[in-house]
Amino acid sequence: MNYSIALKTIIKKEVYRFLRIWPQTLLPPAITTALYFLIFGKLIGNRIGTISGASYMDYIVPGIILMSVISHSYSNVVSSFYSTKFQRNIEELLVAPVPNWVILTGYISGGIFRGLLVGIVVALISMLFADIVVLHPGLTIAVAILTATLFSLAGFINAILAESFDDISIIPNFVLTPLSYLGGVFYSVDMLTGIWQTLIMGNPIMYMINAFRYGMIGVTDVDIQLAFMMIAGFIVLLAGFSLVMLHRGTGIKN
Amino acid sequence: MTALSISNLKKTYKNGFVALKGIDLEVQAGDFFALLGPNGAGKSTAIGIISSLVTASSGSVSIFGHDLVKEREQAKSCIGLVPQEVNFNQFDTVQGIVLNQAGYYGMPRKLALQRTELCLKQMDLWDKRNSISRRLSGGMKRRVMIARAMVHAPKLLILDEPTAGVDIEIRRSMWKLMKEVNQQGTTIILTTHYLEEAESLCRNIAIIDQGKIVENTDMASLLARLNVDHFVLDLAEPLAVVPVLEGCHVERTSDKVLDVSVPKAVGLNQLFSQLSVKNIKVLSLKNKSNRLEQLFMDLIDSKSSQNNPTPQITPSPPAPQGHKGEGKGEGY
Repeated sequence: MNYSIALKTIIKKEVYRFLRIWPQTLLPPAITTALYFLIFGKLIGNRIGTISGASYMDYIVPGIILMSVISHSYSNVVSSFYSTKFQRNIEELLVAPVPNWVILTGYISGGIFRGLLVGIVVALISMLFADIVVLHPGLTIAVAILTATLFSLAGFINAILAESFDDISIIPNFVLTPLSYLGGVFYSVDMLTGIWQTLIMGNPIMYMINAFRYGMIGVTDVDIQLAFMMIAGFIVLLAGFSLVMLHRGTGIKN
Repeated sequence: MTALSISNLKKTYKNGFVALKGIDLEVQAGDFFALLGPNGAGKSTAIGIISSLVTASSGSVSIFGHDLVKEREQAKSCIGLVPQEVNFNQFDTVQGIVLNQAGYYGMPRKLALQRTELCLKQMDLWDKRNSISRRLSGGMKRRVMIARAMVHAPKLLILDEPTAGVDIEIRRSMWKLMKEVNQQGTTIILTTHYLEEAESLCRNIAIIDQGKIVENTDMASLLARLNVDHFVLDLAEPLAVVPVLEGCHVERTSDKVLDVSVPKAVGLNQLFSQLSVKNIKVLSLKNKSNRLEQLFMDLIDSKSSQNNPTPQITPSPPAPQGHKGEGKGEGY
């Protein structure tokens, strides 16, 4: 059995899905981030000065790009897979001889593609406001891909466990967005005091944003190796959990 | 060769509902097989297990000799499923739906395009290939599901109420198509509530009720068991009283219509002889109910009264995996 054809079919279907509805999937992050750059970077940022030697605009660009990657890779998979469950066309895959790892890889790939595409769109917009030269391109791309993978997996798990459309909006609204904003997109850990500095070190998104920022402008608050280990560890954990749930048929089979 | 072999298959849902109480079934290759039963009897659960949509509690299923658990992919490759309800992505085009399914079965693109064209033409849907599927009529959606199920040329085609809700013209054309597909060598398992459909298409039959197979035989033998035929007679002139016809049971539904139950031992010749003697002119005659329907009701009624002398409230099978709230279509 040639699984590569099944995998390609799922990936093509997923990519075509979000490209077909680009006004819902690609346009909003372009507008939102342009406003971030304009308001936080240009208007307020000029009064803040520099952080670790970088201008405030340069400092927030990596965080905003990665925040977009995180939210869109997550929302792509959670929305697409839940819709597949809701419309019951998941049955097309369950009836066919498609192994669980192919289903998982196909949907996750869709999330990664959308996350990275949105990241590129946001990066292009940032070029209108900042003049950034990427210091470590390989590391930057690696962090972006791994982060998109991690949050695509998280979205997949959310979709599997969700029983209503409310369930797929709770995590993005009440967990992802706060953790992203508190993950050092707009400020450095050094700017916090006392207990807050300790608390923020428990936010995994902070490690990802700092690793990405290091790749782009060479500035970080955390150890890069630790950040990579953390992302890789979460990926292995969530991928394993997803496969177990698919094997059990959780949320998709009676 | 055996197309489908089911052994001691049991299914108990999480809410405690026992949908299958250990069924055994064999369907031979090339057969056109009817799986009938009242609502909630266990048909859909059995089909769900065969097509990997429902997990069995115990028992085994093998398809063309491939065990569904041990040789999952080989077994699945043999099956095509037309489900009861529309379950394709309603935002996809007709061609996209069928092509994607071919891809899931590992079919190379060139072959997939050829097979998709063939199946859509067979279903008279080729002109609609670029239409968004949600804009199709109910009958067309059903035909899309049949085309999708046939795109990988399955050896075993499972049709779960394929003609439910379609008009008689489309139903007849679908019967013709199903016969052709079967004649080309595809084994077909059909569930339907239209017993006329099962009677005219299927050679063998199993009836399932309350999670058990209550009958498993060939159609001809089953129909031969029917020893009473029920007819409706339209009369030329009104009758004031119910006529007495020897050996038959007669009821008057209106002054010009009689319901007559005629035992096979009596036969129609004798019935009409008696009517002639009484100078009762008959304008037309029709079967009161389909023959299989009559047998089906007899079987279900007799088994139900044996199993359930007093009515009981039992838990229902769970709905398909629950999804609450308003649909938002394709997501975002």
